[in-house]
Amino acid sequence: MLKAIQSRLHQGYRTNAFPERDPALPARYRGLPVLDGARCDACGDCVERCPTDAIAVRGPGMLDGAFTQNAASSEVRAHIATELSLDLGRCLFCGECETACPSGAIHFSGSFRMGARAKEGLRLRTELAQTTSALSNARTAADSVRDETAGARAALPESRVEGQLIEALDARMRAVFGRAMKIRQVSAGGCNACEADINVLETIGFDLSRFGIAITASPRHADALLVTGPVSKNMELALKKTYDAMPEPKIVIAVGACAISGGIFAGSPDVCGGADTVIPVDLYLPGCPPHPMTILNGMLALLGRVSGYKKNLT
Amino acid sequence: MKLFTHGTSVLLDDIPLLAFERFAEEARGAIAEGASVLSFFALQDDIAQLYLFLGFPERGTIGGLRAQVDRSYPSLTPALPQAQLFEREIFENTGIVPEGHPWLKPVRAIMDYDFYALDGGQTHEVAVGPVHAGVIEPGHFRFQCYGEDVEHLEIALGYQHRGVERAILAWPEKKRIHLVETAAGDTTVGHAIAYSSALETLSEIAPDARAEIIRGIALELERMANHIGDLGALAGDVGYLPTKSFCGRLRGDVLNLSAELCGNRFGRGIVRVGGVGIDLDAKLAAMLAERLTSVLRDTDEAVALLWDSPSVLARFERTGALTRETALELGLVGPSARACGIERDVRADYPSGAYRFSTIPVSVSNEGDVYARALVRMLEYRRSGETVLEWLHNLPTAGAVHSLGVTEENGARMETGVPRLQPNSVAVSLVEGWRGQVCHCAITDARGGLRHYKIVDPSFHNWPGLAYALRGQQISDFPLCNKSFNLSYCGFDL
Repeated sequence: MLKAIQSRLHQGYRTNAFPERDPALPARYRGLPVLDGARCDACGDCVERCPTDAIAVRGPGMLDGAFTQNAASSEVRAHIATELSLDLGRCLFCGECETACPSGAIHFSGSFRMGARAKEGLRLRTELAQTTSALSNARTAADSVRDETAGARAALPESRVEGQLIEALDARMRAVFGRAMKIRQVSAGGCNACEADINVLETIGFDLSRFGIAITASPRHADALLVTGPVSKNMELALKKTYDAMPEPKIVIAVGACAISGGIFAGSPDVCGGADTVIPVDLYLPGCPPHPMTILNGMLALLGRVSGYKKNLT
Repeated sequence: MKLFTHGTSVLLDDIPLLAFERFAEEARGAIAEGASVLSFFALQDDIAQLYLFLGFPERGTIGGLRAQVDRSYPSLTPALPQAQLFEREIFENTGIVPEGHPWLKPVRAIMDYDFYALDGGQTHEVAVGPVHAGVIEPGHFRFQCYGEDVEHLEIALGYQHRGVERAILAWPEKKRIHLVETAAGDTTVGHAIAYSSALETLSEIAPDARAEIIRGIALELERMANHIGDLGALAGDVGYLPTKSFCGRLRGDVLNLSAELCGNRFGRGIVRVGGVGIDLDAKLAAMLAERLTSVLRDTDEAVALLWDSPSVLARFERTGALTRETALELGLVGPSARACGIERDVRADYPSGAYRFSTIPVSVSNEGDVYARALVRMLEYRRSGETVLEWLHNLPTAGAVHSLGVTEENGARMETGVPRLQPNSVAVSLVEGWRGQVCHCAITDARGGLRHYKIVDPSFHNWPGLAYALRGQQISDFPLCNKSFNLSYCGFDL
């Protein structure tokens, strides 16, 4: 007993200060990606490397997601391409695109604030610079930034980096859930990484219950359903039944690339390809898996407890 | 039987194709000598062939055998119980019938199926899942109880099945490493090393020493995070909250060390075919070592409380015990086997990569119960910690770290294509993941493309162990027993 008390004193207070202060995340953490149309020369390397076809370079007459099949030379492509886009709902945050990009047009910021109420909100877009001179200027600028920081993360001008907006529930729903929300979690074909990083919210590091949010065993007691995984065909019925067993009003949160779009398993005949193929979803939280802070911030933003939006992030 | 070592590819033609009787005889003989089934599957083209790979831990070699079969063959299971799940899987995937299999029930298919049932006045059945009470993966458990005692537990899985193995073969190469990293998300590094080393074996590429050590660091961090987390969860399952709280935080601290390495808490992106996808400088190595030292100190203190609390030990001791004989018959692997006194550990038995440079003592206990599984995991996280510190302090300074197919040219990374694999060959790779032996088996076709890919997660061997451990236990001890194994649903279901 005395040893336990002694340990308690030694182990100390470990709960992070969020939402007053953001916890320090690892320097190599890949958060919200930032696209820079001024630097993109539409070479398509990122499109080719992306494992989940999350990235597209589009222009008039160019097929969606079929960029690499376009026979046009890189110069022609650079002139007809007008938009670079990245779908956070498919993104694994593997960083392959950032590595592949020769001109630094894609950069993963350190922001964990990500999520959207509708899938369209997960699609990041930027217009491309149209002229060759603009491209070469941007290239030079990009190179100089990279030289200065030599190996460290290039600091981008703040104006180009934005957090994502998660719109809070309406006043009626906030009155019901705002101060106490019970969560039922269903793992439906996931790899157990999303589940692990939801579980971690219950540890003393995050202490979910201080926000009035708790995980409950029964769907009958649940206000919110957290879905992880691409929804395997074998879990389709169980997910639907769990949803149906929850009392109204209820909300559904899709956690992770699999639950949003099927993720790396999208297209497999053994999965449905995301939670919203089976039940309506109110909030999408991207990541593979999402950082626990992304999940916590997303839930609190939905409840109107923190601003879902933050500018000036790097 | 064709004998070969981990890291050598073998031409398919060199693996003897035997008549089934010979095949069965050799398999039985080898297992009687102490071999274990690493992987057992069927390939079906015009004709069907059974492929059996056996591990000889004492010699550090792998043995391969083939048999040509028609639509059925006499089941190996009655003589070799550890083949039972493999034979059911072969039947489910190909329709080849193991005649005389004692219980040919579904492996991953969810269908109407009559569970084994007890009958009698005092008996009752408890059904749990697929949706469980906590934040856990789905699976279905049927307990046949007599009063509070479990007479029989049947575990039905398959709810997490998402078609990983088929996708590895059918989908573009760029998706493969990500499929493998999510075969079991908590064993990302283990599966990624197994996949990479199978492909490296087939393409005769050797990662440099520095890459091997970085892989080793990542694998041991993964082991530590899971062992520490589970020791905390075991404490939670017996209501001992101090260790539960402390270890919950400390597990996260270890995951954060992996994130310092690669940006992802589960080690995604560290292992790539041909090497590693990240590097670390002296400053990062020093920072990791410093933080790890502090984590180890705090964890030692938190875990010591368990061994200092009679109320904890009373719940751990003699709960969910398996005998050494049962564990051997079922073919258990990893800490669950070592807790039954079976001294098997891929790191020591089939050393490859970083484990050729450092020997990690094999942690064994003899009781086979929750206590022994907790003890083994405590010993293992400590030894992993010591080894990671040693590696961080002595990182080889070999050349730049690349992943295969990517070369540095004028500062830009360029894609040079996918690895060229030797045609008509097979590679078997073994990794000691935190749950035990991860086995990947890759077979190439005549053009050097992947023809077959078989993943065997340690959970595939160990789920029957959990079912046996529950026999004669109180049903209320299920969570504790379950957590002491902490098996993977997705790694089994694939």
